[in-house]
Amino acid sequence: MNDQPVSDEPVTDEPAGARPATGEPVTGELATGGPMTGDSAIGGPTTGAPVSDEHGSVFDGLLGGDSSQWAFGTDFEDPLAGVDTSTPDGVDPAGLAAYCLMLGDDALIMSQRLSEWCSRAPDLEEDIALANMALDLLGQARLLLARAAAADPGVVPVLPEGSPVPPEDALAFFRDDRDFRNVRLAEVDNGDFAHVVVRLLLFSAARLALLERLRASRDHVLAAVAAKGVKEVAYHRDWAGRWFLTLALGTEESHRRLLAALDELWPLLAELTATHPLERSLAQAGAAADTSSLPGEVNAVLGQVLATSGVPRPERAPLAGVGGRAGRDGLHTEALSRLLAEMQVVARAHPSGRW
Amino acid sequence: MNTTHGPAAHGPAGPAGTGADQNAVQAAREVAGQVRDPEMPMLTLADLGVLRGVEMVRDESGAAVVVASITPTYTGCPAMATMRDDLVHRLNDAGFGRVEVRVVLDPPWSSDWISERGRAALRAAGLSAPGPAPRRSTGPVPLTLGPPRTAPPCPRCGSAATRLTSEFGATACKALYRCTGCLEPFEHVKEI
Repeated sequence: MNDQPVSDEPVTDEPAGARPATGEPVTGELATGGPMTGDSAIGGPTTGAPVSDEHGSVFDGLLGGDSSQWAFGTDFEDPLAGVDTSTPDGVDPAGLAAYCLMLGDDALIMSQRLSEWCSRAPDLEEDIALANMALDLLGQARLLLARAAAADPGVVPVLPEGSPVPPEDALAFFRDDRDFRNVRLAEVDNGDFAHVVVRLLLFSAARLALLERLRASRDHVLAAVAAKGVKEVAYHRDWAGRWFLTLALGTEESHRRLLAALDELWPLLAELTATHPLERSLAQAGAAADTSSLPGEVNAVLGQVLATSGVPRPERAPLAGVGGRAGRDGLHTEALSRLLAEMQVVARAHPSGRW
Repeated sequence: MNTTHGPAAHGPAGPAGTGADQNAVQAAREVAGQVRDPEMPMLTLADLGVLRGVEMVRDESGAAVVVASITPTYTGCPAMATMRDDLVHRLNDAGFGRVEVRVVLDPPWSSDWISERGRAALRAAGLSAPGPAPRRSTGPVPLTLGPPRTAPPCPRCGSAATRLTSEFGATACKALYRCTGCLEPFEHVKEI
């Protein structure tokens, strides 16, 4: 910054590009698409509008036509392009779709919550770690929502005719809170860093155990998503486990915050490891994971983390549902509504938008 | 590039398996085999093990369609769309008018699929190549609360004195390490 007194006199040594457009010839400015010399014939207004001459506008090539100039193209891509999505014999397609929504919504909502951490973690490495985990879960969500849509197109919200929005995006952005099938652990508001560590530990311990079992699914898409997901979620769980240990053995303050987060989130664990009636019937048909031994395994893993960290198991009762209904049945906390409002607002404003 | 092979793809349509088709498939494989990974451009998709196959099929009208199959390194890998676009455009440029890119999810990608040439290219670019991927059968995944027991050697100075900074890096497939010998940080392609 310079310390010169403010003057009403025009500043004469200011670079031309920093000066507001006044109608005089512009020198050395890039706004019109390329470097120009002082004697350039182009001295038009610098209003930011594309400049056209006999060669056309510099932006012409960006409109329509070849999508290859965009880093990610302009078309939506099908994450299951070329994958056989027929429903296995003896499996109810509607049930399979609902099950895929459960697993896909868990991943989608958890991914959204983790994404909210971006730029807010204690240091750059953990910021990147949280973003990586969000990305892994978003990838799982895309495949699972696309699989739900392929199994039962009836679950996909109807959009205006001609809308380019693919089924997995329609499911993510155009369903209301009551149609989401995620557990409530995934949706509650973010807290401090200890909160996201505990949430990820509980979530990924259960998801890892579930995906490990789902590898044996007769549905080839689910089996493939699970086989890959196991590799990814193992990293998530161990990251959370290590941070749990670090915070538990850290300072008095980190220990206090960890216990507070554990106390708050523990009541949401039971819903995550419970077997929904739909899962039970689909497991009998060989499509869903058999989760009968899952609570025991998850408790053993969490017990190992707690014991290593010297943290007692919380004595908190599971958070009740309403009339036996909980997240899997579309009964959510109000935190989900606020999350969806932010996540869905742009897509809903432009249901026929092309990006 | 491949101008000698490219136009052959538009050769006379015939039943799959004819000599012309075989030549066209070979040409398509050469073109696809040169497409590079958008995030690690020192590697081709083939060297990374992401390109699973290039075939030629005939549609109902008998027209030749090149079908390239790719598999994601990580489920959420955002480079998949770019890989697909790059394959389509490079094959189009080489004269293959109709190209379809399919996703293969099974078996899941493993870092073991990175070719020897790919590993050499990673090292030449200052990246650490993955060791053998962990082999495990079914059953609970063991919990690891300590740092990994074996750390990769520094790709710059070769020192074995390296430390894990984070298991998550700039892309989903890389971890961050630092060398306590030459004091430089480096990226390591994770074993999965």
